[in-house]
Amino acid sequence: MHMADALVTPAVAGTMYVCSAAVAAYSVKKVRLENEPKKIPLMGVMGAFVFATQMINFTIPGTGSSGHLCGGMLLSSLLGPYAGFLTMIGVLLIQCLFFADGGLLALGCNVWNMAFYGCFIGALIWQAVTKKGYSKRRIAAASVLGCVLTLQMGAFSVTLETLASGITELPFGVFVATMQPIHLAIGAVEGLITAAVLVFIYEARPELLYGKNAAVSAGGKLSFGKTLAVLAIAAVVIGGGLSLVASEYPDGLEWSMEQVAGTTELQADGEAYEAAAAVQNATAVLPDYAFQSSDTAAGTVVSGIVGSVIVVAVCVGACYVFRFFRRKQTA
Amino acid sequence: MSRMGNAIYEINAMETLAARDQWMNHIHPLVKFILTVSYIAVVVSFPKYDLSRLLAMAVYPIAGFLLAELSFGKCLRRLRVVLPLVCVVGLANPFFDRTAVWIGNVCVRAGVISMLTLMLKGIFAVLASYLLVATTTLEQICYALQLLHLPRIIVTQILLTGRYLTLLLAEVNRTTQAYALRAPNQKGVHYKVWGSLTGQLLLRSIDRANELYESMTLRGYTGDFGYLGAHMHMRSQDLVYLVIWCAVFAVVRRVPVILWVGRFITGV
Repeated sequence: MHMADALVTPAVAGTMYVCSAAVAAYSVKKVRLENEPKKIPLMGVMGAFVFATQMINFTIPGTGSSGHLCGGMLLSSLLGPYAGFLTMIGVLLIQCLFFADGGLLALGCNVWNMAFYGCFIGALIWQAVTKKGYSKRRIAAASVLGCVLTLQMGAFSVTLETLASGITELPFGVFVATMQPIHLAIGAVEGLITAAVLVFIYEARPELLYGKNAAVSAGGKLSFGKTLAVLAIAAVVIGGGLSLVASEYPDGLEWSMEQVAGTTELQADGEAYEAAAAVQNATAVLPDYAFQSSDTAAGTVVSGIVGSVIVVAVCVGACYVFRFFRRKQTA
Repeated sequence: MSRMGNAIYEINAMETLAARDQWMNHIHPLVKFILTVSYIAVVVSFPKYDLSRLLAMAVYPIAGFLLAELSFGKCLRRLRVVLPLVCVVGLANPFFDRTAVWIGNVCVRAGVISMLTLMLKGIFAVLASYLLVATTTLEQICYALQLLHLPRIIVTQILLTGRYLTLLLAEVNRTTQAYALRAPNQKGVHYKVWGSLTGQLLLRSIDRANELYESMTLRGYTGDFGYLGAHMHMRSQDLVYLVIWCAVFAVVRRVPVILWVGRFITGV
């Protein structure tokens, strides 16, 4: 579910960075208030643990495939939502930098889609299910429910962010229908794996579970009202921000609007089609209809190819000259 | 289980590259970080049909790889992670965007151009990120984040995660290898030991975190790494490097450089 940089525009990426940064700032404040210096190294090691164990393949019975651990849910049930969220930021940044799993610009989106839902919604579900006490059944139920719901939310966000960026012609309905069922299955499997681990922890060292330890202050807990308020604000920010962004990209958003409005497809709508063509003609170097007179078009294509070769050659040549003089200087 | 071995190898390889005594490696990490983010932002900001102008953005990774003496081949392996999702999204474009575009005498669907643009954006972004990580250590990146006023808690946590990553990967690798040797002809970990295998690893990691905290406290840890990047100073040549590349990005974003050069050479 890691989004690559190519899937988002700077406006969508920026909006999601702002949202994720706001949650991160709030989480930092809450972790500082908890005043547990021991928690910082624990967060670091837990981040590395989640990263490492996500590489273990767990065999899914009755199928030939395998799944892996759900990091967000595990971290929020052990460290709490705030520390868990901050830990996930570190994990996602390292995944993006060292393994190209997700983009640097799309980090805000990925933090939101995986860390925010995984830790905050996950913690909300965890607290709701274990409110009347801990038991194996409740822990398992909380894990499965949490993983399924948070992954569904994350997958839906990926769809919205990609469509708002206007980089795909995939209709909203098709995109959602592709993303959600896949992540439903993944969520269920990840939930079961996470449940198995948390049940083991409950049996071996129950005090490690978040909320189980009496030392955890009431201030560290996430109240239902506060979470709803955070979600409501986030929904308004994202809804407003993304719709503003999307209005610049008629293809993706107009299609989804057509879907919501129940009218015909974009291709059949003359006005929208012309508007899209106008934007394309205004911005593109290769506009749709400008190349139909083949002489000019051929010339432009030749120019493009020759230009590419020349630019690359000049660039490469300059670098070699630079390296030559650099080596001469150091020798 | 070779996946973990590959991960350890890749991390070690990147650390070795970043620790080289090379010209690019000595550029201030903040400059490289800002440049990387700016480059990716400019790349993804190109309109979806603007393939020719986007091609000119190849200048940065080409120059960077040559100046830093990095291998393109090793970096291309990283694309296997990025391209699948990009392809899933991009491959739909030719089917849904059927507008005709004439390139010479060849009629192409506009969706094909937008698909190629999307893939190229993905490739360029990966190349730029690789360039950053191959010339900058994680400590230096954390220092750059610190200079950008990212909260200390986050920076410290990223740093510790990075430092313990190799250790825990190696431990998980050993555990899964031991399991595989005792459970031959079995793909992955059996569901009956999902909890105990991972749970044992988790408990060991938590104990390790406690030991780590105690040893850090003995060495004077008060919740902050004060020495991070203490010896790194911004030099004038770092600023020149930043300004030059920002100017290049701005020019390439505004002007169809490739077409201009091509027309100048061919006279068409």
